[in-house]
Amino acid sequence: MRYEAPASLDAATRLLADAGGAARVLAGGTDLLIQMRADLVEPTVLVDVKNIAEMREIAEEGGRFRLGAAVTGMEIMEHEGFNAAWPGIVDGAKLIGSIQIRGGATRGGNLCNASPAADSVPALIAADAIARIIGPDGRRAAPVEDIATAPGRTSLAAGEIVVSFDLPEREPRSGDAYLRFTPRTEMDIAVVGVGVNLALDEAGMCVAARVALGAVAERALLVDEAAAALIGTRVDDAALAALSAAASAACRPIDDKRGTKEFRIEVAGVLAERAARIALERAEQG
Amino acid sequence: MMARYHVTTTVNGDEVDFLCESDQTLLSVLRDELVMTGTKEGCGTGDCGACSVTVDGRLMCSCLVLGVEVDGKEVETIEGMADGEALHPLQQKFLEHAALQCGICTPGLLVASRALLERNPDPTETEIRYWLAGNLCRCTGYHKIVEAVADAAREMREV
Ligand SMILES: Cc1cc2nc3c(=O)[nH]c(=O)nc-3n(C[C@H](O)[C@H](O)[C@H](O)COP(=O)(O)OP(=O)(O)OC[C@H]3O[C@@H](n4cnc5c(N)ncnc54)[C@H](O)[C@@H]3O)c2cc1C
Ligand code: FES
Ligand code: FES
Repeated sequence: MRYEAPASLDAATRLLADAGGAARVLAGGTDLLIQMRADLVEPTVLVDVKNIAEMREIAEEGGRFRLGAAVTGMEIMEHEGFNAAWPGIVDGAKLIGSIQIRGGATRGGNLCNASPAADSVPALIAADAIARIIGPDGRRAAPVEDIATAPGRTSLAAGEIVVSFDLPEREPRSGDAYLRFTPRTEMDIAVVGVGVNLALDEAGMCVAARVALGAVAERALLVDEAAAALIGTRVDDAALAALSAAASAACRPIDDKRGTKEFRIEVAGVLAERAARIALERAEQG
Repeated sequence: MMARYHVTTTVNGDEVDFLCESDQTLLSVLRDELVMTGTKEGCGTGDCGACSVTVDGRLMCSCLVLGVEVDGKEVETIEGMADGEALHPLQQKFLEHAALQCGICTPGLLVASRALLERNPDPTETEIRYWLAGNLCRCTGYHKIVEAVADAAREMREV
């Protein structure tokens, strides 16, 4: 196996194209190194993207954030401006692994590893984040909900790299939140995860919302029906009950040792309501 | 056949050169190439924290970092903690509070605790417990470790 750590996207894309499908992108390595050790993946070239400036920075341009795909969890947690604008995305970053894991783990890696339980993904989808992608055929953009397709599978073509995530301008009176259910508080995998992002008008009416669920299907789901339950309401108890029902209805989970189908469906409803309450509180403050 | 890579890095303040395989972890480089065996291997999968080191000041699991990745970086390990014969306050307090039994988790816990106190000289018990959640100990039950870290923090704030 060859190791390369190019300093530019051009060089990285060329290395990946030349290796023809046998190369892997290395970000934090907190998924990939474990899979390599278990012989689940055997790349011939490893392209470390951590020296590529565009992927490593959180940039703000005219009120819009661009989050580099190779920014680590700890770096996100320490960025004050980003915390103020997108606390729900930070909630997701904070929940991943331990301090040690967050020292390496990136949003790009969490998304492209394509675990349905990935904790960064629901809040990014709820935020309406757009992935900027570069590959052998140039640049393109795609909504985050279109990247992971099934466990371990993505819609990325061979040699494509997720460069960064473009976030929309943060409206006044908007807020987001991510909650997950796990048996333990730290170092565990989500049984259900819910991201909610909403905006209020001056009268406190919900004018926009997005709701995303993790770990209840083969990939994270954007649930329009759940968002519709909030839009046009004051996010009162009736709206939250409708949100909860819509979230549960959207689940198509599996049974496994961490939770049965019935349990996941019920918990998705409960967590959606709780996450919406937190997002509402943040919107009212902001 | 794996390619061998020449890596130049700083370990505990000293410039160090080593050769490693492209898939060799930093943990393996430290223990097998540099014969610095203070850093321990527990799980090899990021779960136990026994292999904790800092890379450019960031606490990480050295079992999840490749040796080739630390080229040009600054690595700090448990071997850099004591000043000659003088123990670091954290090491002293771990002894005083009997915060270790078998000791396999101790280097990782000390390195992780130092990283905490560098950022937060006055952590609450909850902050200590959350920060150390990635370091497993099968022997002590954690309580004495948390007390030792709090006590070391107190002492370090006074000097
Ligand atoms: C102890 C432990 C605890 C964990 N806890 C959690 C948890 O609570 N929640 C959670 O969601 N995850 C958890 N994880 C999994 C992992 O840490 C995360 O998925 C992490 O975000 C992966 O990011 P990375 O940068 O380390 O990815 P890497 O391991 O570097 O890469 C992962 C995959 O994505 C590909 N890739 C990486 N970046 C890009 C890119 N920019 N473009 C295209 N492809 C890319 C790689 O080729 C690889 O296939 C845990 C892991 C460990 C070891
Ligand atoms: S050996 Fe690295 S975390 Fe256990
Ligand atoms: S002292 Fe034995 S594992 Fe901690």
